[in-house]
Amino acid sequence: MADRPMIAVDGTEAVALVAHRLSEVIAIYPITPSSPMGEFSDEWSSKGKKNLWGVVPDVVEMQSEGGAAGAVHGSLQAGALTCTFTASQGLLLMIPNMYKIAGELNAFVMHVTARALASHALSIFGDHSDVMACRQTGFAMLCSNSVQEAHDLALISHMATLQTRVPFMHFFDGFRTSHEVQKIEQLVDEDLRALVSDDLIAEFRTRALTPDQPMIRGTAQNPDVFFQAREACNSYYDAIPAAVQSAMDAFAKQVGREYKLVDYVGAPDAERVVIMMGSGAEAAHETVDYLTAAGEKVGLLKVRLYRPFPIAALLAALPASVKSIAVLDRTKEPGSRDPLYLDVVAGLSEAVADGKLAAMPRVIGGRYGLSSKEFTPAMVKAVYDELAKPEPKREFTVGIIDDVTHLSLSWDPTFDIEPESVNRSVFVGLGADGTVGANKNSIKIIGEDTDNWAQGYFVYDSKKSGAMTISHLRFGRNPIRSTYLVKEAQFVACHQPVFMEKFDVLQYAMAGGVFLLNSAHDADKVFDTLPLEAQESIIGKGLKFYTIDAYKVARETGMGGRINTIMQTCFFAISGVLPRDEAIEQIKKAIKKTYAKKGDEVVKANWAAVDQTLANMHEVKVPTAPTTTRRRPPVISPAAPEQVRYLTGMMMEGKGDLLPVSAFRADGAWPTATTQYEKRTIALDVPIWDPKICIQCNKCNLVCPHAAIRSKVVDPELLENKPESFECATFKAKDFNGMAFRIQVAPEDCTGCGLCASVCPAKDKANPKHKSLDMTAIGGVLEQERDNYAYFLSLPDVDRTAVPKADVKFSQFYRPLFEYSGACTGCGETAYVKLVTQLFGDRMVVANATGCSSIYGGNLPTTPYCQDANGRGPAWANSLFEDNAEFGFGMRLGVDSNKALAEHLLRGLASEVGEGLVDEILTADQYGEANIAAQRARVEALRGKLAGSTAPQAKQLAVLADYLVRKSVWIFGGDGWAYDIGYGGLDHVLAQGTRDVNILVMDTEVYSNTGGQASKSTPIGAAAKFAASGKASGKKDLGLMAMSYRHAYVASVAMGAKDSQVVQAFAEAESYPGPSIIIAYSHCIAHGYDLSHGLEQQKLAVSSGIWPLYRYDPRRIEANLPPLQLDSGEPKDSVQDYMRNETRFRMVEKIDPKRFAALAVSAADFSAQRVALYQQMANIIVPSGADETNGNGEA
Amino acid sequence: MDLKTTYLGCELAHPFMPGASMMSEELDTVRKLEDAGASAIVLHSLFEEQIVAEQLATLAAVEGHTNTNAESLSFFPSGMELFRLGPEEYLEHIAKVKAAVNVPVIASLNGKSKGGWLDYAKLMENAGADALELNVYYLATDLDVTGLSIRNETMEMLAAVKAGVKIPVAVKLSPFYTSVANTAKDLDEAGVDGLVLFNRFYQPDIDVEELEVVRSLRLSDSSELLLRLRWLAVLSGRVKASLAVTGGVHTVLDAVKAIMCGAHAVQMVSALLQNGPDTLKSIISGVSEWLEAHEYESLAQMQGSMSLLRCPDGDAYERANYAHVLRSWRH
Repeated sequence: MADRPMIAVDGTEAVALVAHRLSEVIAIYPITPSSPMGEFSDEWSSKGKKNLWGVVPDVVEMQSEGGAAGAVHGSLQAGALTCTFTASQGLLLMIPNMYKIAGELNAFVMHVTARALASHALSIFGDHSDVMACRQTGFAMLCSNSVQEAHDLALISHMATLQTRVPFMHFFDGFRTSHEVQKIEQLVDEDLRALVSDDLIAEFRTRALTPDQPMIRGTAQNPDVFFQAREACNSYYDAIPAAVQSAMDAFAKQVGREYKLVDYVGAPDAERVVIMMGSGAEAAHETVDYLTAAGEKVGLLKVRLYRPFPIAALLAALPASVKSIAVLDRTKEPGSRDPLYLDVVAGLSEAVADGKLAAMPRVIGGRYGLSSKEFTPAMVKAVYDELAKPEPKREFTVGIIDDVTHLSLSWDPTFDIEPESVNRSVFVGLGADGTVGANKNSIKIIGEDTDNWAQGYFVYDSKKSGAMTISHLRFGRNPIRSTYLVKEAQFVACHQPVFMEKFDVLQYAMAGGVFLLNSAHDADKVFDTLPLEAQESIIGKGLKFYTIDAYKVARETGMGGRINTIMQTCFFAISGVLPRDEAIEQIKKAIKKTYAKKGDEVVKANWAAVDQTLANMHEVKVPTAPTTTRRRPPVISPAAPEQVRYLTGMMMEGKGDLLPVSAFRADGAWPTATTQYEKRTIALDVPIWDPKICIQCNKCNLVCPHAAIRSKVVDPELLENKPESFECATFKAKDFNGMAFRIQVAPEDCTGCGLCASVCPAKDKANPKHKSLDMTAIGGVLEQERDNYAYFLSLPDVDRTAVPKADVKFSQFYRPLFEYSGACTGCGETAYVKLVTQLFGDRMVVANATGCSSIYGGNLPTTPYCQDANGRGPAWANSLFEDNAEFGFGMRLGVDSNKALAEHLLRGLASEVGEGLVDEILTADQYGEANIAAQRARVEALRGKLAGSTAPQAKQLAVLADYLVRKSVWIFGGDGWAYDIGYGGLDHVLAQGTRDVNILVMDTEVYSNTGGQASKSTPIGAAAKFAASGKASGKKDLGLMAMSYRHAYVASVAMGAKDSQVVQAFAEAESYPGPSIIIAYSHCIAHGYDLSHGLEQQKLAVSSGIWPLYRYDPRRIEANLPPLQLDSGEPKDSVQDYMRNETRFRMVEKIDPKRFAALAVSAADFSAQRVALYQQMANIIVPSGADETNGNGEA
Repeated sequence: MDLKTTYLGCELAHPFMPGASMMSEELDTVRKLEDAGASAIVLHSLFEEQIVAEQLATLAAVEGHTNTNAESLSFFPSGMELFRLGPEEYLEHIAKVKAAVNVPVIASLNGKSKGGWLDYAKLMENAGADALELNVYYLATDLDVTGLSIRNETMEMLAAVKAGVKIPVAVKLSPFYTSVANTAKDLDEAGVDGLVLFNRFYQPDIDVEELEVVRSLRLSDSSELLLRLRWLAVLSGRVKASLAVTGGVHTVLDAVKAIMCGAHAVQMVSALLQNGPDTLKSIISGVSEWLEAHEYESLAQMQGSMSLLRCPDGDAYERANYAHVLRSWRH
C-alpha cells in the first residue's frame, strides 16, 4: 500500500498538487481566488518539478482568461495534456472556447474556485454563480466539498476526462475550500500512475491535429448537417455517469476513500432530505449527523457530478421514505428558479411520470451562501425545520434577513453543535504583524507533526492599509467538517490592543476560555485599560487572561514590528493544544525551515523571540467587578448622516450580516463620501507642521496618498475662534498674498507613510534635521490635531475661480474629492487619483477597471470618492476588468448624447428662454475654472426660466440641463488592464479620434491587486510571479503605441521625479478634445522596499532613463512644433543602482548574479534606446495640412 | 631583481597587490590584476552589518505584506526561498577567484558581532581563502563607548577568529588609536599574522545648498602615505606580524618608501582605479629598476631600512618631526 504523507494545505495547493503532475501545458491568467493554483504550478515548474511522465509542465500566463482558453484549446488540438485554473469573470471569458473544447470532445480539466459574479457589485468571494453560468457549455461538472475532496476529485476529473473524452470542470468553493487550510492525505505518484491510464493518453494523442495525419476541425456547417452533427455527441454524454462512478470506484480501491456521483448521509428512513453541492454540504453533513443522533429522520444528498445531471444516481441514493426535499442553490438567477432545484424537480417529475418513483415528494428550493455568506448548522437546521412545516416556503433564502419579499428563513443563532473535543481558537491581528502566517505555521506543526486534525480559515479586511485579519483555527482528534467561522473559541488572542477599542473581540470567547492580549501595559494595569464591554466579558465569561508586550520582545530580539513568532509561542504555551516544550521545539524547527534561506539573522532573531516570550508573558489578575465606566467609542462618527451611521456603521462594526434586504438599494448604487466617517487612526507617526520654516510649496499635499494632509488659504479674519495650536503662516505668493496659510494633517486618516515629510524641502537652517514637516509620534498630538483638523475643515474651501493657475502649489488648494481610501500605506497610485479629483472632480465621471484602484475606490464599507461644498463630486463605476476603456468610452457617448439632446431642446426653447442666453450657453468656452463657473451660472439662470415654463420640452431640458456644463470623462486602471486584458479595448478607444476621454494608467508594472503576477508592463530584470527568474523581455511601450495614432494626447509622468510636469500633463490631457492617455509611474509594495522612499526611487527611475517623462500633444502639430516633448533630461544615473534598490530586481541578483548582470545590461540598453528614440522624435516636426510651407500637406 | 617578500606567512614574488576594493568584484578585473602581476588578491570586504540590515529590511518589505489581503497572499514569486541574502554570494566569489587565479587570495571581512566575525571567518576559510584581512572599520560615535572597550572588543574578536581558523589572519587598523603602537603590540602578542596600515574611512561631505550629508569616496594621493610611513617605521622590526601598507602608494618612489619603512606588502587601490590594473605592472618594474639603479641586491635588502630601529635619525618619526616641519613652514 502506498505510503501517503499527511499534509496541511489549502484547497488551491491540494488541487495543484494533482493537476501539475497530470499536465503538460498549463495556461492561466490570475484571478482571485484561483490564482494560487497557477502560482504553485509556476513555482514548481520553475524549480524543475516534473509531471508524472518526467517532463516539466509548461506554465504560461496569458493576457486574459479568454487568451488562456484559446491557448488551452490550441494545446489540446496539438495533443498535449492541458489544464487551466480560473474563477468568476475569468470563467465567463472562457465560455466561448468551452463550447468549442466540449464540442470537439477534447479531454481536458479546468479547476475552478467557484466565485460570485459581479452583478449589482463585485465580490471576490465564493458561490456557484460562475460555474452555473457554464452548465450549458457541454463540460462535465464535478464538485468537491472539502480540501481532501478537492485533492481527490481533481484526480478523478483527470481520469474521467480521458475515459469519456468530455472536458471536465472540477469546481470547489472559492475561499471556503480554496483558502481553507486542512490536514489531508496526499496522493502519491504511485496512486496517480495506478489510476491514470496510459492507453487513454495514447488515444488522446492520436486525436491530435498533425500534418502527418491531416484533418481539419472547426468547419462551418450549414442547416443541412449542423443539427445532426451536434447530436452526434450524445452517447459520449450518456456514458459519463458510469465512467465517473467507475473512476471513483477505482480510486476507492487504490486509495480507500469512497465517492458516489450522489452521496447520501443521514437516517436510512429519512423523511426530510436536503440536496446540495459544495462546502456547505460539510456543515450540513455535520448537522445531519447531530440531528440523526438525536433521532430525527433527516438526510442529505451531496451531488458530486452535476453535469450531466445524474438523476438515476440521485434516485438511487434518495431514501424511499422521503416526504419532502429542500434543494439548496448557492447562486441566484433572477426571474427564474435556481438551477439545481430545476434539475432536481425535472428529474423527479420524469421519474414519477416514468413510474420510477412512486410519488412526487414535496420539493422546495432555497438559496444560501452567496458571496461566502456564512452557512452554519443553525441555518441547516432551519431548512429541515422548514421542511417539517405543513406549508413550507416553496422558494426561500437562508442566512440573511429578507424583510422585503420575506423569502428568508429564520434560524436560531444559539444552535451550536460543535463538540467540546474540538479545540477552537480565534486570533485577531493586523495584516502586517504576521498573525496569519504564524497560524498557518501552527496548523502545519499540529497537522503534520501530530495525530490531530487541523483546520484554518482566515478572514481578511477589505482595506489594504492597517488591515485586520481574523484567523479561525480548529484542532481535534477527528476530521473537521465545520465549514463556518468559529463562534465559541476556547482561546482568543488579540494581537493589537487597538482592536479592543474597535469591535467586540471577545464575542468569540466561550465561557471559561483563555484570552491573550498583546499590550504595552503591565499585567497589573492592563485590565484597567480595557473598555467596559471587554471588562464585563472577561469577568462574565470567567476568562483566564494573559498579556504580553510583544512589541517590546520584538524590538529587543531584532524582530522589528513582527510579533508573529512571539504570539504563536504564547498560543502554544497557554492553549494546551500541545505540550509546551514539544510545541516550542516544533516552533523553532518551523522557523528554521521557513527562514533558513532568508538569512541566519532572521532565524536567530526569531529564535531569540521564542526564548524571550515565556518570560514576558503574564497572567492578569482579573478583578471581580469592572474598573472602568468607559465604553468602546462608536466605530462611526456621530456626525455621519443617519442612514450612513446605520448602514455603513453596521458593516464597520462587523455586523453587516445583520442588515436586512430593505437596507439596500436594489440597483447597487451607493452614496459617496463615507470614508470621512471612518476614523481609523492607524498611523504610529503623523506629520506635524512648522509654519516658520515652511516655504509653502504644497508638495506634501500633492504626494499624500490618502488626502490626509491638506492646505488652505483663508481670510485671517475668519480665524478669530481658532484653536490655540492652530498656527498659520502668512501666504507669500502674489496671489492670495497676505491670507492665512495652514497645512493640516488629518491624524485619524493619515496612515503614517511619511511621504509628505520625505518630499518636504524646507529645512531649519540651524538644525536641518528638523523640517517643516516632521513625523511625530501620534500619541502626543492626536487630540490637538484632531481638533485642528475639524476646525480646518470648517474653514471655507478656496474659490476655484480665484486660483490663478493649476500648478503644483495652487492645485493643492482645490479640495481633494478622493480621500482616506483603504489603499496601502505609501501607495504610489492614489496621489494621481486624488490630483485628478482636485482638478476636475466636480464635473468628472470615472470608469474604473477592476484592480487595486477599484478596490480602494469602491470596496465597502466606505467610499473614498467624495463631494465638494456644493455637493458635486466624481461619479464612479466599475464595470469589469477587461472592458474598462469601452465602458468609459460608453460613458462619453452617453454624456455626449445627453448634451446633444439638451442643446437641441435648448435651441427649440430659444424664444422662451431668450436667444441671448441660449447663444451664450451653446457657444461658451468651457475651459478653465472661471469659464466653467460662468457656464454653471448660465445653466442656473436657464433652470430659473425653465421652472416657469409648462412646455414638455422645458421639463425634459430641466432634467438634462447639467449636461450643458462640460463633463470630464476619466478611465482609470492599472497596467494589468491597460497593457494586457483591456488593451484591445483601450486601443480601440484611442483610435476613436474625436471622442474626449482621459485615460489614466497607474503603472505599477505588475498585477498588484492579485499579488504580483507579471504583466506586459513588467520591466526587464524584475522578478514577478510567472517571471520568477527575472523578466527577460522589455516592457511594452504603451505610450509609443498610442502616439502612433498621432491624434491621441500621450504623457508619461512620475510624481516623485517632476511634479510640475504631472500637473501640467493632467491639465493638458483634460483640455485636449480627443482621447488622452497618461501613463503614471506608481511605486507599489510589490516592488519590495520601504515605500517611504517611493518618491526618491521615482526620481532615480527617471534620472537613470528607466522611466522617461514626456508629453505628446497633437495640438502642437498644427502649431508646427514637434508634438513630442521630452521632459526628462539626459540619463545620468545608473540603471543598476535603480534596480538594486528594489527586491523585485535584487532577488534576481541574489538568486542568479550572472543572469542579473546580463538583464541589467539589457535593461540599460533598453532604456537608453528608448530615450534615444524619444530624443529624436522630440526634434521631429510632422507635416500638417495647416502648414502649407511643408509642401506635403496631404500627408 | 629579486623582489620576493613574505606576507602572512606566504612567500610572494613581490609585495605589490590590489587592496580591498570593488575592483575584486568582477572576475575579469581580478584576472587583469593577476595579469598585471599582482602577487596576491585582496578581496573587497564582506560587511556583516550590511548583510544583517538587508536581511531584516527585505523581510520587512516582503513579509510585511504577506497574508494581509484575501486577493494577494504574497507579492513575490516563491523563489524567495532561493533568495539568499547571506554571505553565500561572497563565499562563492572567493571560490571563483581562487579558481581563476594562481596567486593567494585574501578575503576581507568587516564584522559586527563577535559571533559574526568568527562565523564568517570560518565560512571564508572553508570557501578557500588563503588568508583573512579583518577590517575593524568602526566609527566610535557613541559618547559612552570608551577607547578601551573598543580595543578590548578587537582583541576578543581576534582571539576568537585565531582560535577558529587555521589560515593567517591580518588586522586592518585605523590610525585613530591613542596608542597605535601598543595596540599593534597587543594584537601581535595575540597572534595576529599581519597588520595592514591603515583603513581609509569614507569621509562624508556636506551639500551646503541642500543641507545634506553627501556620501563620497575620495581617492587617495601620495600625501596620505606619510602617516602610514611613520607607523610602518615605528612598528617595523618590533612586531612579529608582517606589515602591509594601504593608502597613498601611487608612484614607484611611494612604493620604495613604504618598503624601506618596513612594508612586507604594498596594497594599492586608488592608483589602480585611476589608471587601470596595468599600473601595478609599471610599479613592479619601476621598483625593480629603482633597486637596480641604486645597486640594491634585492628588495629584502631595503625592507625596513628606514624603520625607527634602523634609520639614522629615529627621532624624526617621533615628536621632533613635528617641530621640524613647523619650523620649516615658517621659513
